[in-house]
Amino acid sequence: MLFTSYEFIGFILILFAAYYLTPGKKQWILLLAASYLFYFLADPVYLIYILTTTVTVYLAARHIGRIAEEQSVYIKENKTSLSKEEKKAYKAGMKSRQWKCLLVCLLFNIGILAVVKYTNFVISNVNSVMKWAGSNNQLDFWDIALPMGISFYTFQAVGYLIDVYRGVAQAEQNPFKLALFISFFPQLVQGPISRFNDLKEGLFSEHRFQADTVCRGLQRILWGYFKKMVIADRILTAVNTIIRDADSYRGAYVFVGMLFYALELYADFTGGIDITIGIAETLGIKMAENFNRPFFSKSIKEYWRRWHITMGTWFTDYIFYPISVCKPMLKFARFTKAHFGDVIGKRLPVYLSSFVVWFATGIWHGASWNFIVWGLGNWVVIMISQELEPLYERFHNRFHIKDKFAFRLFQVIRTVLLMSCLRMFDCYRDVPLTFKMFGTMFTEWNWQILWDGSLLLLGLSGLDYVILAAGTILLIAVSLMQRRESVRTQIAVKSYPVRFAIWFGLFLCILLMGAYGVGYDASQFIYNQF
Amino acid sequence: MEELLEILRDLHPEVDFETCDSLIDDKILDSFDIVSIIAEIEDQFDVVITAEKIIPRNFNSAEALYALIQELEDED
Repeated sequence: MLFTSYEFIGFILILFAAYYLTPGKKQWILLLAASYLFYFLADPVYLIYILTTTVTVYLAARHIGRIAEEQSVYIKENKTSLSKEEKKAYKAGMKSRQWKCLLVCLLFNIGILAVVKYTNFVISNVNSVMKWAGSNNQLDFWDIALPMGISFYTFQAVGYLIDVYRGVAQAEQNPFKLALFISFFPQLVQGPISRFNDLKEGLFSEHRFQADTVCRGLQRILWGYFKKMVIADRILTAVNTIIRDADSYRGAYVFVGMLFYALELYADFTGGIDITIGIAETLGIKMAENFNRPFFSKSIKEYWRRWHITMGTWFTDYIFYPISVCKPMLKFARFTKAHFGDVIGKRLPVYLSSFVVWFATGIWHGASWNFIVWGLGNWVVIMISQELEPLYERFHNRFHIKDKFAFRLFQVIRTVLLMSCLRMFDCYRDVPLTFKMFGTMFTEWNWQILWDGSLLLLGLSGLDYVILAAGTILLIAVSLMQRRESVRTQIAVKSYPVRFAIWFGLFLCILLMGAYGVGYDASQFIYNQF
Repeated sequence: MEELLEILRDLHPEVDFETCDSLIDDKILDSFDIVSIIAEIEDQFDVVITAEKIIPRNFNSAEALYALIQELEDED
């Protein structure tokens, strides 16, 4: 069920009415039923996967929680009789039991994700190697379903389990409550990847109908639909025309496609998250923000702190830190320091850990070399800029332009272009083709297409371009306004007619300019495939 | 404490670590800095700060970080 379908809007309306008619203490049960129905409607087989993850994570978390309780009781009871060493040894033993349980459950669930998502990728690589070695044998691909949102809910469940192991979260006693946390339907499609401690209060507490909160939620949903239907789904036609016919659309077309795709992805993903957070808000549930005006970042490193924030912090907390501060890595740091000096000794472990993180980020986005190269491309750019920092500092000490508007604008444009270049790996079918198409931007000079009317042959009319230009200007204006405070808060203090005109105007824009209607095949969100 | 302040100043000489109590909240320290600090602390104080201890509360100020080191030393 697409967020942009009539069925989904009907589903939400019925849920909304039922939610506020249900006694507060039972509202979460209704949400659980709705979430499972949403998932069931996508494909009944998917339920097996999400149920398996929920049950195993619940049991493992409860077991880890029980070990922690047992430890705390034992230490309390034997506070005076235990020596410091005995206490330490006892704690280490208990931690080891918890670790074993955590490890088994992690391997099992990450294993499921790996099998359904990466088996065919591995088979295709094995086949390529066999072909290259001269063998005629080829392995058959598996006909295996990729459950909707599996990367998102697996990460969310695994994050919860690690938090319980770390003592950051309490193991949830009620399996159905945990099931709701893992399956909460608005976030199943494309995140955000929530933390149990952040979401539990909103999910499980009572919510009374509050006109203000519901209104704010609806406004956010409206803005999300505007981004998705007026901008993302409109520009998609041109993007597809360019990338699906790489032989015809080269040079300047690639540049246009690259920028169009960056805009499409931004409008699609942030729009989808606006709808998600907005739906949760209408139900009185506050979810973590996933974006903070990412295209105003002055570097790629900053961009990644502001784009898909919940995924970035997930990778940092559960992969980057554990790898970079584990004992073998600290040992490696000491070794490199002793043999290669302080400078390299300090950098190598950090760079190695972040290599693993970017490799994982790439492959998490998709089972293909394109995504792996895309992830590692980000890593290379971040490492280079990290290494160039002393040079930047010298430059800024000499030329005092750091705070000048023109320089900041240059940094923002540089980030947009760099990110757009890297995102080309999402578009073309393989890595060599991506590099080849990137190269054509510099070798095939056909920039006249920008003004000779060729762009009108990409499936978009002149009116479409006008709507896209106006929509993009609105996106930028809203982002600039957000620097002060939420735009909805700024609008809320205006007079009633102004507020009405703004929100009704936005609604009309979606109605009149949204890429939908009879015969229109609304597209799924891009991040849904991850 | 002075040893810890030296480690921190080495990374960010421009920051007043004696007074600043929002090193993480204000994004003064990033993940790369944190890993470097932990490696240095392990070297100089012989305590291991594990991943679960990397939370804003422990890294927002030099004082909080020093308290964590002392806590870990006591555990040892």
